[in-house]
Amino acid sequence: MKDEPRVLQISPIRNGTVIDHITAGEALNVLKILGITGTTDECLSIATNVVSEKSGRKDVVKISDRELCTEEVDRIALIAPQATINIIRDYLVCEKMGVEIPKVLLGVVRCPNRGCISNTNEPIKSRFEVTKRGLHCLYCDWYLTEDIPGHII
Amino acid sequence: MRQHIISIKEFEKKEIDALLDRAETIDQGNYDPKALEDKILGVLFFEPSTRTRMSFEAAMARLGGASIDMGGVEVSSVVKGETLADTIRVVSGYADAIVLRHPKEGAAQLASEFASVPVLNAGDGAGQHPSQTLIDLYTIRQAMPLEGIDVGLLGDLRYGRTAHSLAYALTQYDVTIHTLAPEGLEMPPNVVEELRERGVEIVVHDEIGEFTRALDVMYVTRIQRERFPDSASYYAVASSYRVTPELLTQAKEQMIVLHPLPRVDEIDSRVDALPHAKYFQQARNGVPIRMALLLEVMG
Ligand SMILES: [Zn+2]
Repeated sequence: MKDEPRVLQISPIRNGTVIDHITAGEALNVLKILGITGTTDECLSIATNVVSEKSGRKDVVKISDRELCTEEVDRIALIAPQATINIIRDYLVCEKMGVEIPKVLLGVVRCPNRGCISNTNEPIKSRFEVTKRGLHCLYCDWYLTEDIPGHII
Repeated sequence: MRQHIISIKEFEKKEIDALLDRAETIDQGNYDPKALEDKILGVLFFEPSTRTRMSFEAAMARLGGASIDMGGVEVSSVVKGETLADTIRVVSGYADAIVLRHPKEGAAQLASEFASVPVLNAGDGAGQHPSQTLIDLYTIRQAMPLEGIDVGLLGDLRYGRTAHSLAYALTQYDVTIHTLAPEGLEMPPNVVEELRERGVEIVVHDEIGEFTRALDVMYVTRIQRERFPDSASYYAVASSYRVTPELLTQAKEQMIVLHPLPRVDEIDSRVDALPHAKYFQQARNGVPIRMALLLEVMG
């Protein structure tokens, strides 16, 4: 009886990616990071504030026919560090991975410093080192400490 | 030997000391005036800084090398919208090293990624200016040992890159850093935190007399008028942070006053005649330091 609503909320997919254990409330940001909007044509299931024994509440996103690349996983890690990613092929979970914030983020975050060379049309990707004090721009030496999701490219 | 000179933060103490020793030897006239005879320095200044540029060119000439430049920014390909990356790739084919001055922070880092020759950072935006910091350290060392001293940073500590750079370098020595800045121009919290993490003691002052009495070295930076809403509020602040002979009567006898120059009116011109004033000596030190750096990357 208790499990029934969850089954309805999140139906299984044949091929694609299931992002589970997203920090409650961050599902829409995860979609934004993946470039998924109302006008793109992915087949999606989204569940927000699902009751989970592990973390209280969580969000879940299922995307049909799409597997994530490393940069996308890095971006998700920034806003939902407990997320797990399951790659589904023919209804079976064939890869299960946690996300991990990498040491260096390439092309993931925009530098908040308007005077930074990475905010010009130079042929480079932004490059941030992840430190305990925040994200450290390896071009201009600034620290990004607040509103990290708002600076994700 | 180091390939690029981008940020003072990447230097270890023994490397800094070795560069200062080398500059001192050069200063005493012990160098080969033909050491860089067959070398060409590409001078890329995307914003004007006449003295920095002249001191690099003078350093190159004293070592027998030649300098080439791109003319004024207004006549170069910059106006045609060429990226810095492309300019650097092209000039790498003409010169044996590149000295870069650029208004964007991180420009020198970018240049080093595209250059096939060494890049020397001569100031990028509000970012790094390592050769200036070496000049500052060298000038202090001419007057006193770098260990166990109290160094005061005065003026615009928010945007003043030379003060940040010097502070980072001083963390390698056993130095106490004192700061005094107008409201709103204090040293950014991130910088303070990083300096403290590097093990340096920072004393924040709000009164110039007490600040002056504590110091062995007073490092003055310019307070820019454009940081203030109107000229009245600028003058109010500027006058209370002005270094005068009257103020310096409170200073230790051996205390030295440094300034990266050009100054406007943060140091009274009557201070020039006092033994404390070392800022013209500091400017002159630009040549031996830059000779040492050019030898480091091309010698
Ligand atoms: Zn930056």
